[in-house]
Amino acid sequence: MIEALIFMLCIGAICGLALSIASKVFYVYEDPRIAKVEDFFAGANCGGCGYTGCSAAAVAVVDGKAPPGVCIVAGSEAALKVAALMGLDPGTAEPITSYNECKGGHRATDKYYYSGLNTCKALAALYGGKRDCEIGCIGFGDCVKSCTFDAIHMGPEGYPVVDEMKCVGCGACEKACPKSILTIRTMSERLLHFNEEDDALAPCRQTCPAEIDIPKYISQIQSGDYEGAVNTIRERNPLLLSCGRVCPHPCEDYCRRGIEDEAVSINQLKRFVADFELDSEKHLPIPCAPDTGKRAAVIGGGPAGLSCAYFLRRLGHSVTIFESMPHLGGMIRYGIPEYRLPKAILDWEIEGILNLGVEARTNATFGEDFDIGYLAAEGFNAIFVGVGAWVDYTLKVEGENLGGCYTGIDFLSRLAGGEKFPLGRRAAVIGGGNSAIDCVRNLIRLGVEEVWIVYRRTRAEMPANEVEIEAAEHEGVKFQFLAAPMKVIGDEEGNATHLEYQKMELGEPDASGRRRPVPIEGSETLLEVDTLITAIGQRPDMFFKEKSKRLDPLEITRWNTIDANPETLQSSIPHIFTGGDSATGPSLVVEAIGGGRRAARSIHQYLTEKPVAPVKKSLFKRHIPGTIFDSVKGIERTPRAEMPELTVKERITSFIEVDQVLSEEDAQKEANRCLSCCRICYNKDVG
Amino acid sequence: MGDYIVLIISCIFINNILLAQYLGNCPFLGTSKKMETAVGMAFAVVFVLVMAGVITWVVNQYVLTRFGLEYLRTIAFILVIASLVQFVEMFLKKSIPALYAGLGIFLPLITTNCAVMGVCLINVNEEYTFVQAIVSSFAYAIGFGLALILFAGVRERIMLARVPKPLEDTSIGLVTAGILSLTFFAFKGMV
Ligand SMILES: Cc1cc2nc3c(=O)[nH]c(=O)nc-3n(C[C@H](O)[C@H](O)[C@H](O)COP(=O)(O)OP(=O)(O)OC[C@H]3O[C@@H](n4cnc5c(N)ncnc54)[C@H](O)[C@@H]3O)c2cc1C
Ligand code: SF4
Repeated sequence: MIEALIFMLCIGAICGLALSIASKVFYVYEDPRIAKVEDFFAGANCGGCGYTGCSAAAVAVVDGKAPPGVCIVAGSEAALKVAALMGLDPGTAEPITSYNECKGGHRATDKYYYSGLNTCKALAALYGGKRDCEIGCIGFGDCVKSCTFDAIHMGPEGYPVVDEMKCVGCGACEKACPKSILTIRTMSERLLHFNEEDDALAPCRQTCPAEIDIPKYISQIQSGDYEGAVNTIRERNPLLLSCGRVCPHPCEDYCRRGIEDEAVSINQLKRFVADFELDSEKHLPIPCAPDTGKRAAVIGGGPAGLSCAYFLRRLGHSVTIFESMPHLGGMIRYGIPEYRLPKAILDWEIEGILNLGVEARTNATFGEDFDIGYLAAEGFNAIFVGVGAWVDYTLKVEGENLGGCYTGIDFLSRLAGGEKFPLGRRAAVIGGGNSAIDCVRNLIRLGVEEVWIVYRRTRAEMPANEVEIEAAEHEGVKFQFLAAPMKVIGDEEGNATHLEYQKMELGEPDASGRRRPVPIEGSETLLEVDTLITAIGQRPDMFFKEKSKRLDPLEITRWNTIDANPETLQSSIPHIFTGGDSATGPSLVVEAIGGGRRAARSIHQYLTEKPVAPVKKSLFKRHIPGTIFDSVKGIERTPRAEMPELTVKERITSFIEVDQVLSEEDAQKEANRCLSCCRICYNKDVG
Repeated sequence: MGDYIVLIISCIFINNILLAQYLGNCPFLGTSKKMETAVGMAFAVVFVLVMAGVITWVVNQYVLTRFGLEYLRTIAFILVIASLVQFVEMFLKKSIPALYAGLGIFLPLITTNCAVMGVCLINVNEEYTFVQAIVSSFAYAIGFGLALILFAGVRERIMLARVPKPLEDTSIGLVTAGILSLTFFAFKGMV
């Protein structure tokens, strides 16, 4: 007994001694702060921070390789404590959470269930996880099994629902999901994300130039979450009130419902929620990332410039907009007329963007009031040039400069600026695009008795939106098709009295497949007019390039647009970026908004000293193969919501907005017509 | 030489520490869900088992037997192995940081691994010589690694299969381990 005790004491002592000597000999200096930092961490060893366990993360923090907020489980309070210990600024920890891209929807019968598989991974490996559509959620819940924080469950429709309160953003579900349906992102990452081939994208969402998550906001409308819908749209488009009014909605052309029925009225739903926010008279809060201390200058306060400024601001950069006109808005203020987009609404929308802390300097023309040297001296690290396309093309015919003759943008912008014109009884507008229509509809409202559109080709070839042409017809505009202006005839006082035009007929189809109009000899005709507006297209004004030697390397295309990489929008001068009409030529508001965000992404890369590179597996102006169907089964035809409009009489005597908003009931009905596409997959409940 | 080969084969296959002796079950079930962890664990066991085999043999031969204290073997071994693992951890951290980073989290796990203890006791019971003890420890460790990696492969496949709810995870793991162990019985007649 005594022996045993002595022995145990001895062996204990030896082991203890050996270990203490070893700890002295093999002592590796460890910063005492490591242990303290580790104490603040959650101790879950979940690996969500990207390090092998909490102690490795603590080492990284002390080495300055990881930010104080590295532990995603412990949250911001711990980050503050760690930061205090390390004497750092807690700064940049943006919360990360998991987002589910898939909203369930119409699931196909489950034909592979009997082969004995019950995990998403297996189905994806064996069958590509597809039946009708290659993208949607499989619904066997690998993500639910993978989540150690109990933050995901299978919702009633059989697709995963993330509990944002519980989610710590550890990324386990993202790894478990074979279909890239669950993604772990910070707000900035979401704002910077562009459509990729592997994303779960409905056809409308693939088509929208601003890449708005359309099915998501429609499903939020269905569930009555109008604020949520506004926020969803705002992740891609800061000008939802304006777009909801003027967008020609290219997305609706690809709506899957439209294959068998009338397309869902996507844009009216956008307008419905945008107006919901407007009517509440309170701007919904918009979160921004912590300040980065970098500065960007945005030249031009049109949709492209506003969008770029908005996204840069939300990414944490400080932004100043320089605008040559007295107010922001660009073409949507000075081109698009009051009766389509009331200025008060536009003001409210722009106010929301400026409230984020975007500085705006109006009446400041680039190339006149300031130049690139000034921007450099002021410490702007990057420049966005979104100056639009404001120079009208002219007819180049005799008499074009007589009194009573105007050009389209010039006329519209002066009108929007409050100028009064001495208008007569009869007016003609030359051109067939949206600007021409906007001119005639304005003229009608200004009291001109007879208003003509004179267009070279036929109605079918008019580039203006169909709805706009119809509205003009209803309002009593007269059309003279197949007419080429020859000259303007004036009286002794130099005022226009007649437009002489030559009649045309359609000849052989040209390169674009349209039949080319050819003049009929001797068919010159006179049209009596006292006002004549030429609206035959416009191009950007690049005069500022000549004003500064430093802009010599800036390449300009032969359409007078800035030559930039179409995907990064970086120009030939690395710190100058562009977007909107000045990059693409006259286009659409959504296109300019999408371009603004695209440029914001590149500028963000540039400012954070990363290479400016296009998106990998980019879907730029493309659709995912196999997602555009020829037919869709099981659709019951239901008529699309009618847009409420003012009567013609009310319209032509005022500038009151013509198109009205849907009622809540109609909006609900319309939202429920959405098929929640791109979500077709296995049915968990069948088989 | 022939003896050693027989010893190695019997330790790896016939008396496989996991599947024939049923020792070390907790790491067997705990670290076999993923191939990566299984491989890490296997290496750590090889490393520690050889060290433990050597030191316990020495302790047994020169201390316990000498003073006639064989009845204290188990408790003495526990102490020695635990200290050894601690020691090795410190040593690696200072001298071979790369190896430490690789085996890192597995080392402390082995402190309480009964397979290690079991092998040390077997070495003593079988009255192996010093060299035999080293060879047997090494071979047992290889056997451990082999069984663990095989099992991890099987379990990764099972993850993809449709398992009845009550049998999911560990239950089906145990059933599989049983079947795997049956297959190892086939080696019984080899030597
Ligand atoms: C009459 C008309 C009707 C339209 N209707 C529609 C429609 O219904 N739906 C639709 O989607 N699209 C429509 N569009 C097209 C749409 O308005 C444009 O595509 C869009 O506004 C382009 O945005 P942007 O920011 O690129 O340019 P702009 O909106 O043109 O903005 C450019 C801004 O830059 C400023 N600027 C220019 N030069 C300088 C300088 N040197 N220094 C400082 N600032 C400068 C300008 O003042 C302007 O504010 C219409 C266009 C016109 C002309
Ligand atoms: S396919 Fe659906 S259920 Fe399966 S892991 Fe992905 S999101 Fe979860």
